[in-house]
Amino acid sequence: MAKANGTFRIGTGAGFSADRLDPAVDLARRGELDVMVLECLGERTVAFAHRDRMADPRRGYNALLDRRMRALLPVCRAAGTVIITNMGAANPRAAAERTHDIARALGISGLRIACIEGDDVSGLLRPDQPFMDEPGTLADIGRPIVGMNAYLGADAIIPALEASADVVIGGRLADPSMYLAPLMHYHGWQNCDLAKLGAGTLVGHLMECGMQITGGYFADPGIKEVPDLADCGYPIAEVVRDGSAVITKLPETGGRVNEATVKEQLLYEVHDPASYLTPDVTADFSRVTLKDLGNNRVQVGSAAGRARPEKLKVTVGFDAGVLAEAGVSYAGPAAGARGRLAVEIVETRLKETHGIKSPFRVDLIGAGSLFATAGKARADSEEDVRLHVALRTTEREEAELMLWEVESLLCCGPAGGGGYRGVITPAVETKSVLIERDLVKPTFEMFVT
Amino acid sequence: MTARGRNERLLVRDIAHARAGDKGNTSNVNIWVYDPEDFELLKRSVTPERIKKEFPRLMRGTVTRYVIEHLHGLNLVMGEALEGGVNASLNLDSHGKSFSYLILGLTLDTGESAES
Repeated sequence: MAKANGTFRIGTGAGFSADRLDPAVDLARRGELDVMVLECLGERTVAFAHRDRMADPRRGYNALLDRRMRALLPVCRAAGTVIITNMGAANPRAAAERTHDIARALGISGLRIACIEGDDVSGLLRPDQPFMDEPGTLADIGRPIVGMNAYLGADAIIPALEASADVVIGGRLADPSMYLAPLMHYHGWQNCDLAKLGAGTLVGHLMECGMQITGGYFADPGIKEVPDLADCGYPIAEVVRDGSAVITKLPETGGRVNEATVKEQLLYEVHDPASYLTPDVTADFSRVTLKDLGNNRVQVGSAAGRARPEKLKVTVGFDAGVLAEAGVSYAGPAAGARGRLAVEIVETRLKETHGIKSPFRVDLIGAGSLFATAGKARADSEEDVRLHVALRTTEREEAELMLWEVESLLCCGPAGGGGYRGVITPAVETKSVLIERDLVKPTFEMFVT
Repeated sequence: MTARGRNERLLVRDIAHARAGDKGNTSNVNIWVYDPEDFELLKRSVTPERIKKEFPRLMRGTVTRYVIEHLHGLNLVMGEALEGGVNASLNLDSHGKSFSYLILGLTLDTGESAES
């Protein structure tokens, strides 16, 4: 993996667990990439993955791993592109073994698949461990803990790259670290080179949400137009040795890269722009420079860095019972009034008839739902509204009772209600704690086809 | 600025674009003006005090505003604003992804009275 001009090309092939696959295949085929990163893990995704693993010890990794690997392994192999991913979720070993089997079935020989473990820190934390950003300790959770994962940094990934891995699969690899690690490895950046670590982290942060920088999640018709979103291209970062980079996308793909798309991603899920904490560095994005070069190319630079945080962040997932949701729709004249009557009936039945104490909420979609708490539960037209009830509970019977009450509105509620749907889904909650770095010992094992 | 009807107040959306993100029970919305000349108007219109005042039931924690002067943007960080956060909220949009448009829907402080 080396380009004659010293530019390192990284592409994103997934920015979240359910991201599109066909544009990733297109990018792998035409992108001349050194590395493709598939970022597929969020705070909750890892907790859900632990539940999957408990149900079946061979599972617990990204549900789309098979499809993604079958499509991408041959193309990346042909292009000499290394894949780095956290699709291992709660079971990186099973994910690596599965990838190994897929590669063999595809007839790819000599493929080196590195499995990174050590992020699972269950058993390493004491019950009196305080939460990172709120009062209380682990002992206060009072529900079964399903998983504890420490965020691993570039230093967990680099040894696998040094051992010439073609595919790197881990669990809770920090999103930007999956980009920073190959940049450090290729450009020879050292841990003491904090400005470079800040620059590489900026590249990772901009790239990790995939199309959110190439025009996805951006379009607002009439004001912010984005061409051909149905065929939006994933991003490419061309990174030179000094850490500056050009963000772009493949020609003949939909989407757009300009200063505005880059700005919205620059501070996405960032609090203090001068202190973005990762396992690798305290990155400073407050003086970042952007230059629109035209033709869907934006140059980014001037990120800085300070010493990395002393401790690592750990996501603790625990069983939170179920989320029950149910709804009925009303349309036509006075639909709003009939919907509000349905709201009253359901609230009375759940609170007074059944004495339900678990938290629930009743919305009227079409007359104010998402912004109801913000005090904006009004609508210009109330000709098509939907009652929506949400309830969180640890008692399944209570969840079933709520669904029953909403469905009963079909005969016992206001006139003209229809389109009942109800669903009960398992829920997990997460808390964050900190762990001493010494306690976390990432390892890797190579599987070769 | 986009031209609007005579009696319509200008909205933040007429001069700026935004994106919302979540971490735990904290929401952040970054906001950027299209034209640097509108940046002072944005800063005047979108203040932590105003956000707390407009949405008192939603904004239960501290609202902090970071100013990115050279890129003409603001970053609003709103603590305890997500009704418990993505894992606990009963809101249909438990991430608060739509909060970008909550902010973009605010009227601009153009110094004119509401009746004008």
